[in-house]
Amino acid sequence: MTPDKAIWRKPPFIRNPVLRYGLYAVLTIYIVATLATLPIDWDRVSDGMRRAQRIFSGAFPPNFDRSGLLIDGFLESLKIAILATVGGILLSVPLAFMAARNIAIKPVYFLGRGIIIVARSFHPVIVAIIFVKAVGFGPFAGALTLVVYSVGFVAKLLAERIEEIDFGQVEAMRSVGAGFLATLAYAVVPQIMPRLVGLGIYQLDSNLRASAVVGIVGAGGIGATLANAFGRYDYDFALAITMVIVGVILLSEAVSGFIRKRIA
Amino acid sequence: MGTQPLQQTLDHWSRFTLRQRLMRYGGLLFTVLVVAWALSSIDVIWEWVWDAPTQMGDLFARMMPPDPSNLPSILEAIWQTVNIATLATMIAVVVSLPVAYISAQNTTPNRVTLWIGRFILVSSRSVNTIIWALLFVAIFGPGIVAGIVAIMFRSIGFLGKLLGEAIEEIDQKPVEALEACGASRFKIVLYAIVPQVMPAFFAVAILRWDINLRESTVLGLVGAGGIGMILQGAIDTFNWPEVSMVLLTILALVVFGEVVSSYMRKKIL
Amino acid sequence: MLKISKLTKRYGAGDPVLKELDLTVEGDQLTSVIGSSGAGKSTLLRCINRLVEPTSGSVDLNGTEFTTLNRRELRIARRRIGMVFQSFNLIDRLTVMENVQSGRLGYISTWAALSRRYPREDIRHAYELMERVGIAHYADRRADELSGGERQRVGVVRALMQRPEILLADEPTASLDPKTSEQIMSLLRDLASELKLPVIINIHNVTEAKEYSDRIVGMRYGRIIFDDLPGKLDKAEMDEIYAGVPAMDRAEVGAVA
Repeated sequence: MTPDKAIWRKPPFIRNPVLRYGLYAVLTIYIVATLATLPIDWDRVSDGMRRAQRIFSGAFPPNFDRSGLLIDGFLESLKIAILATVGGILLSVPLAFMAARNIAIKPVYFLGRGIIIVARSFHPVIVAIIFVKAVGFGPFAGALTLVVYSVGFVAKLLAERIEEIDFGQVEAMRSVGAGFLATLAYAVVPQIMPRLVGLGIYQLDSNLRASAVVGIVGAGGIGATLANAFGRYDYDFALAITMVIVGVILLSEAVSGFIRKRIA
Repeated sequence: MGTQPLQQTLDHWSRFTLRQRLMRYGGLLFTVLVVAWALSSIDVIWEWVWDAPTQMGDLFARMMPPDPSNLPSILEAIWQTVNIATLATMIAVVVSLPVAYISAQNTTPNRVTLWIGRFILVSSRSVNTIIWALLFVAIFGPGIVAGIVAIMFRSIGFLGKLLGEAIEEIDQKPVEALEACGASRFKIVLYAIVPQVMPAFFAVAILRWDINLRESTVLGLVGAGGIGMILQGAIDTFNWPEVSMVLLTILALVVFGEVVSSYMRKKIL
Repeated sequence: MLKISKLTKRYGAGDPVLKELDLTVEGDQLTSVIGSSGAGKSTLLRCINRLVEPTSGSVDLNGTEFTTLNRRELRIARRRIGMVFQSFNLIDRLTVMENVQSGRLGYISTWAALSRRYPREDIRHAYELMERVGIAHYADRRADELSGGERQRVGVVRALMQRPEILLADEPTASLDPKTSEQIMSLLRDLASELKLPVIINIHNVTEAKEYSDRIVGMRYGRIIFDDLPGKLDKAEMDEIYAGVPAMDRAEVGAVA
């Protein structure tokens, strides 16, 4: 069957040799070319190392003297996250129905999908900058940003869940003559409710994370406190804030994981 | 509830038991209270809030129509953004392999390495890309290198965690079979673990590349290269038509990334 | 010759699963070990190549005492024992050839393993064995594309690639349909005589055991209570092997935890 029984080669992943070696070549050229053109200025780096050393030595030990400021920043982040989660969910539910192929008519479906894609495509920091310019610095811009962020995530997954529902239940409701809203309430909502609650809790957790970042560009919360500390070269306070952020993120991840497990 | 006579319950039905209903109302009440607290104490100027739709409309009007006159440099910056995301993902994938290996319970050599692995994962994951970027801009100076390193540092935790979980979920039976053949530890990893983790490896790498594409768009805002630099410049000079052009390009980039990654997923897996 | 003496295995502080068990297997005979679930058959096989660490006793294969080897020595010694598993334990995503060659992993260089450039001698041997069991045309196929019977043949060839001095088979037919199961059993019997290889098989199917084995060992709760030619296994012996509840036998040892 095999001409020379003492040689065996693993069948290559891409059968066509031209395509295979072509792909290897393109990949190699890409990596070498981009790496070679990286503008690494070694003098700048060694200079930067000294600066990094200064930052680190300035950061140790972390300084918790202004813990009042820290706590205020966190409470603001928490409020932003809560309001954004609630607002995001209120917007996500109708949007998810719009973006569910099995429920919405075609034009509405495309509109819903389009809104979700736009909301998902932009990094919260970019959205935050735009909102800061439009409505001014502070937590309101942060909350608006995270509403957009939440919509992109919650509406997308909720729409997918709606598309997966058992349609037999919908047909059963229709067959007893129920109207559109009654059908939604009895046949669709019970099926998606657990998912919605789970997503809400997950989103609260990720909003809290994101609020630490969008604050850096002026959208309020602990991120703003961190950016201020960094800007004033208060590296010890900045480290304290970062440590607390990491701690809170770990804690909130654990709590939200626990709650979601209990619900499911 | 169970002690009620049967006759009384026959014309009465409720979906939940008393306890369940109390839990649900309690949860609802708690949510309402928390929202009320947040609303009443948040530090916003409410006039601005009511004014926000007008302001947003105003800004939007100023953005229209997008101005493509700077398109060549926008596209160049987009190319840079793609390079940042791609190179950083590639390097992070390689670096995350040993981290995943030592942070998976079934492959880690001992307790100490397990905790070292977990520490690396947690610290990489908890610090956001932007914060990493701030740090590396200070070290490498503004530019694409700081961006690549920042994205890489953030990706290691993500990739390492998911790969480690994939390693923990493998079927142990082939491992047992190769142990019975007298294969060394390294060869067991090579033959029994690597092939099993391969699909997860590609899936996770592609997923992270997609995420990194998005993250790379904001690096420029802190000076770490890519399209964000142009965006920042346009915002600072109130060049709103160019801002909207940049936003459109970013949208196209992200959609392109999603198409490419879903194509690769289908092709490879 | 494999000589097991006074082999005891105890998990944690519980009752021993194997109780001072003695067994000697030699020549090219096919020995079937029967017994109800929990009798310790699987533990017995795994104690031989120390996939399960025996608590005490001795396992001697052609002059090598297995129980006292250190990790490195054990790895080298394990090459001399082939093993076939109930659920085949193949690497699904690799090709049949890679699975077969993985039996040689103890011998070949790391580079050969990594690059899949196996020694010519090994490839020739693999094709011979695969041809013998009828899977040579599958060499380039992925293992998960094969049927159960074919997969078990890959498992057998992998074990034989080690050029083992003894072959252990842990319920090799339990995941197969009756017809395939008989094919695998007759294959194992034929291989035992062709390669002058002693084979020990754990098996649930007593009819198959009687038909294909040269010798039957009956286990009950960690002890061998029957050891003779298949013809000698009658109704009374069967009842004894498959009777009783574990608790009774444990109580008898007087070590109830």
